[in-house]
Amino acid sequence: MRKVAVVGAGLTRFMRRAQETGPELAWLAASQALESCGLTLKDVDSVALGSAPDAFDGVHMKGEYLSAGAGGWGRPVIRPYAGGGTGVLMPVHAWFHVASGVSDVCLVVAEEKMSTCHPHPQGAFITIFDNILERPLEPNLIWIFALEMRRYMETYGITKEEIARVSVKNKRNGLDHPSTHVAQEITVQDVLDSEVMVAPVNRLDISPASDGAAAIVMVAEDVARRVTDKPVWIKGIGWNLDTTYWTNRDLAYPAYVERAARMAYKMAGVTEPRKQINIVEPYDPFSYKELHHLEGLLLADKGQAPKITADGVTQRNGNMPVCPSGGLLGVGNPIAAAGLMKVAEIFWQLRGEAGARQVPGQPKMGLAQAWGDLMQVGTVAVMGVD
Amino acid sequence: MGTIEHVERVTDLRAWPGEFPVSHLYTMGIAGERFFRELKDSGRFLGTRCAACEHVYLPPSLFCPRCFAALEEWKEVGPQGVVRGVTTAHWGADGEPLETPETLALIQLDGADDVLVHRIEQVDGASIGDRVEAVLTEAAERKGSILDVRYFRPA
Amino acid sequence: MRERTTPLPGTPLSDAAIHRGDALTQEWPSSLRYAWDTGVAMGRFLSELKAGRIVGRRCERCQRVLVPPRMFCERCFRPTTAWQYVEDSGTISTFSESYIRWDVSRVAEPILIAVVELDGASQGGFLHFMGEVKPEDLRIGMKVKAVWKPPEERQGSILDIRYFRPFDSAQDRPA
Repeated sequence: MRKVAVVGAGLTRFMRRAQETGPELAWLAASQALESCGLTLKDVDSVALGSAPDAFDGVHMKGEYLSAGAGGWGRPVIRPYAGGGTGVLMPVHAWFHVASGVSDVCLVVAEEKMSTCHPHPQGAFITIFDNILERPLEPNLIWIFALEMRRYMETYGITKEEIARVSVKNKRNGLDHPSTHVAQEITVQDVLDSEVMVAPVNRLDISPASDGAAAIVMVAEDVARRVTDKPVWIKGIGWNLDTTYWTNRDLAYPAYVERAARMAYKMAGVTEPRKQINIVEPYDPFSYKELHHLEGLLLADKGQAPKITADGVTQRNGNMPVCPSGGLLGVGNPIAAAGLMKVAEIFWQLRGEAGARQVPGQPKMGLAQAWGDLMQVGTVAVMGVD
Repeated sequence: MGTIEHVERVTDLRAWPGEFPVSHLYTMGIAGERFFRELKDSGRFLGTRCAACEHVYLPPSLFCPRCFAALEEWKEVGPQGVVRGVTTAHWGADGEPLETPETLALIQLDGADDVLVHRIEQVDGASIGDRVEAVLTEAAERKGSILDVRYFRPA
Repeated sequence: MRERTTPLPGTPLSDAAIHRGDALTQEWPSSLRYAWDTGVAMGRFLSELKAGRIVGRRCERCQRVLVPPRMFCERCFRPTTAWQYVEDSGTISTFSESYIRWDVSRVAEPILIAVVELDGASQGGFLHFMGEVKPEDLRIGMKVKAVWKPPEERQGSILDIRYFRPFDSAQDRPA
């Protein structure tokens, strides 16, 4: 299989509500990504388009609706979907296009316009629950996070304070991001004092729904060498799906994230992730998820991610910076675009182009991970400069 | 062709009923905002033009889907146009027969390269190639919606 | 990212702007209704709930009793082999108190919820309400028992169980 590199990236603001339509958001990110590496739409020979439920934008067959804004006119387009995992499923999926030789230049776009959904985008999430067994209980999406967070905390003896540190870190990191509607300087106490939504989840533990789009350009080796002297290679990809019967699983540990990570590590030749992965962007829609995912990614022992967080290891100037972008907590959460934003962040960080967010020490290998569905999906991309 | 079987009582099927309890509030978009404002306030139709592709988009697009250029050239199109496709509907959106059949057409407004879908006033006699013109609601009643156009009629 | 200091593209729109009519909008109320076939497993499960019982399916190969019941085992991918009743008592594997409804509107009294692993099922169980208990007394590992609606009110629904309450060794039969 051929080598595949990311050579360009683009991002819109992440906003509570955008005036732009979905296709306009997609175009803003996609055209920026092409411009950033001196390529044009003519150079693109395939499109990978990711977007989470049609119900948010309120347009059935959303992929087809968005495709013109994603450069899909007259081109092969596929829209994979894995809930919140979609954003990192995109480079996984696009990798095959280029590695197989079918495509030389794949434009990879992820978009979400959740604000369209009324009374609240969470209302659309009610369909994530089993229609017969769970919907009659009129659940809120946050219930499953609260149940998982509680199980995680009790299994390992983790406190709310330890978890709140993630919100503090990521929201502060997000202040250095050009897209900031949720970034702010807060303290652990602020998190604990914020409104209890579904115990033990407080308001400041959650990244709110957002509108936005992200895009990257993935190309074959010869194209990469032509357009840039700093290609970022896709070293490994992994993805894994657990059963929908979430009540039959122990939620304390995301086994599906581990399986996805092992798949990516194997492909990337990573045998000691804690030594070899310099920078990590795990999916952080809720504060505890960053910790949960770090453990699933084998970057911390089970129950130990809070400790490395408290020790400062995951700060930008720590040994293993985590969510230097600010993550979803610091930048916003337009479902599919959020995951691809993390891939873009690793891209910029490895090239030394992350500006005020740049982690020191010239990181060589990074990892982006997303998660979704009913506590089910792990998607992982390992990226490196050599 | 409609459904093969029509079920009156879903409980006869040992089925579990449910609803999708959300509604949607769409913004028009950056290009759409300008298009609908112009229609509402001035009763005019605007498209955007891609000089490179020599194409005038209607409804107007912020970008050219063919070459991805940002489109900044706005031009007025219509209010007259040509019928490019036509059909008469005898069934409504809910699968029930309409009291009065409705004629729908694809209309290419003068100056635009794309077509709009809308109603034609006359049920019979509308053909491909006919020249038609837009009939708008009164200015004070317009909302900034495609229904600010009541229908098209022979020009 | 070229040391970006200029903001990224995108036009934020506030609720106030929409109310003022600064931006045009179009509303589309959905009227989507569904009638899902319950399937063989859930069809039987619901009938048994109406009768005041909880039924699972046995996977002989994996030696597991599955609740919710399914006609195939997703682990070994074989058909499950037999119906098997489980107790209406169990253990809390996780729980929570919700101050919001499905549409994020707030409630004054928290809704108590738990995932209950039922006695007789292999880590099998479902999400339900907790009742007759104070939020601060909820514990992972707490033994609980179902409180059913009276037979004439049951419809063949998960709500035929009103909620689970703490197991009372004085009045409840041990599993």
